[in-house]
Amino acid sequence: MTSLPTTRLTDSAVRIVSLYPDLLGTYGDGGNAIVLSRRLEWRGIAVEHITVDAGEPVPDSADLYLVGGGEDGPQVQATRELEQSQGLHRAVENGAVVLAICAGMQILGHRFPDVNGTSRPGLGLLDCETVRVDRTRAVGELLTTSAQLTTADGIIDLGPLTGFENHAGRTIPGNCSQTLASVEVGEGNGDGTEGVITGKIVGTYLHGPVLARNPLLADALLGWIVGASALTPLNDTDVESLRVERIQAARDHELAPRRSWRDILRRS
Amino acid sequence: MTDAPTPASATGRAIKLRPRTRLAVAAGRFVARVSRVVHFGTGSVIGGRVSLLIDKNLLSELTASRDVVIVSATNGKTTTTKLLSSALSSDRPVVSNWLGANMTPGIVAALAAANATDTAVLEVDERWVDSVLRATSANTVVLLNLSRDQLDRTQEVRKLAEQWRVALEATPPQTVIANADDPLVAWAALAAPNVVWVGTGQDWTADAAGCPACSGRIDFADEGWACSDCDLRRPSVDVAINDGVIAIEGKTIAGELALPGRVNRVNAAFALAAASAMGADLDQAFDGLDDVREVAGRYRIAQLGDSRIRLLLAKNPAGWHEALELLEGPSTPLVVAINARIADGHDPSWLWDVAYERIGQRFVVAIGERRHDLAVRFRYGNINHVVADDLESAIELVRQSPTYDPTLPIDIASNYTAFQDHLEYVGGVL
Repeated sequence: MTSLPTTRLTDSAVRIVSLYPDLLGTYGDGGNAIVLSRRLEWRGIAVEHITVDAGEPVPDSADLYLVGGGEDGPQVQATRELEQSQGLHRAVENGAVVLAICAGMQILGHRFPDVNGTSRPGLGLLDCETVRVDRTRAVGELLTTSAQLTTADGIIDLGPLTGFENHAGRTIPGNCSQTLASVEVGEGNGDGTEGVITGKIVGTYLHGPVLARNPLLADALLGWIVGASALTPLNDTDVESLRVERIQAARDHELAPRRSWRDILRRS
Repeated sequence: MTDAPTPASATGRAIKLRPRTRLAVAAGRFVARVSRVVHFGTGSVIGGRVSLLIDKNLLSELTASRDVVIVSATNGKTTTTKLLSSALSSDRPVVSNWLGANMTPGIVAALAAANATDTAVLEVDERWVDSVLRATSANTVVLLNLSRDQLDRTQEVRKLAEQWRVALEATPPQTVIANADDPLVAWAALAAPNVVWVGTGQDWTADAAGCPACSGRIDFADEGWACSDCDLRRPSVDVAINDGVIAIEGKTIAGELALPGRVNRVNAAFALAAASAMGADLDQAFDGLDDVREVAGRYRIAQLGDSRIRLLLAKNPAGWHEALELLEGPSTPLVVAINARIADGHDPSWLWDVAYERIGQRFVVAIGERRHDLAVRFRYGNINHVVADDLESAIELVRQSPTYDPTLPIDIASNYTAFQDHLEYVGGVL
């Protein structure tokens, strides 16, 4: 692997691209762009957020690309368009950071299953492969052990990752990739691990959105771009309250929070 | 209320029902009564379930001698069902399941309590359109919209559109009233032989970017939408809504509605189009709409101690898109409540698909079981907010806020189960 630049000139804005939110944005993953943008703005770092819809050209010069989760059909269409454009491939070659969620992680791998379960070639940017397994869909809170990200500045500890998963695939990380963490509660990749990291591409099954629930991961991604020293502390009180509550909920195996017979009767 | 179930009315006085059907109805009523006595709920759903165990064809039996209209959508189906019931009720006797029990058991329970020939105006859950249409052979079907709602619980919206399409092909109704501005709905409705297209001017398009007919892309433009690859495009409309005026069958209807907001004007247009398709007089139908001032507690203004509050329901991004338009005053404080119980969907990450930034300078209090999710969303929206434990403390915080205007009711915008809790708190459905 070629050595990737770890810092950038700070006089220009950080460019964040949301890729195809019209195809892959089903589970609130657009929130990741909001989180990254605010965390830069609050620190006085200029940010430019670009939304690229299906059919539009993919710029190859941005600093960070976000690929969200989505449904089976649009997942195939997004793969086709990204393969044709090659913009994301060139950006990765240039050292861009990528965060890919759920279906987004699956299509960035070598292979993924389509709506009929047929294995299709992915973009091959993330060293992993996703297969369909014969089990019920994994839906619920996902909690990991303390996650780690290896960067040029050393190993960054991200704390436990918390989020919500909703997927049917099993993702097998390749030899050239790392995982984010081990699963404490939930399914994750399906082999007891969660997430795939290849270079500066991070894939995860965590929705929530993942960066809203895990600010240290957000800052780690930004650190790759602006350098860790530029990331002054922020007031994350609201996020801390949410994390405490969600981590406990996952450990309590909250599938149906305070589900009462009245609710069931009312609804059905 | 003309459309409320009247237990006193004898089932099948005019029409003879099969003995098995009569037994099923009687057993359902008994169980429902027991359920009410032990304060389990209205009992309609559990009663309906028992009835269906005894006679699985009960819905067909109960609709054999009546006109049936089905209303379905992600958002607005309860309101439109209520509006349509009201629009038709001066024309004929109507029975409806307007309390919101919108799957077969709830529908059966509502119908069993009414005369066998009353016109049935049925709110139907999106996933149950297929089976209810098959059982009832409804002559009119109203399809408002399809958007994301509780994706961890239901199927993806595209599959729902496909189910609707197959259902309309299998049991074609005489008339379908459909939203021309929702590509998923339009594609489904095109399977029906006769469609009245309503131009809703809907600007929530986030859930319909991929073409439902092919793998192309839907391009949205001012003059309408069209697929980039196939022939699917916006049908030319029969009913239009322009600047709050409903244009239908050469008439324009500009009168005020009791229900607020653009979205209810759209719901009213669907109700009028359906009433007209069912033979009702348009002007009479419009007069009927004015009787609807709240829908199962939505838009209710209630007195709580010294404060007046207004209850708003918004349970998904498309719903919030409309609800944020309805807020009182330009800068008055607001309470937002979010739960994530089974009926709400367990994953509230859709909060990030709502443009809460439109709340602007308002002061907001976050409550509900997922108030911390809300607080984080508000924090990243740069919205002035606090978290409170319950409705009373939230109201107290609003009253202490410098922007509180005592002449306006305090808006309490909630998702499904949070709304039900608040409604019960102020006295339940009238």
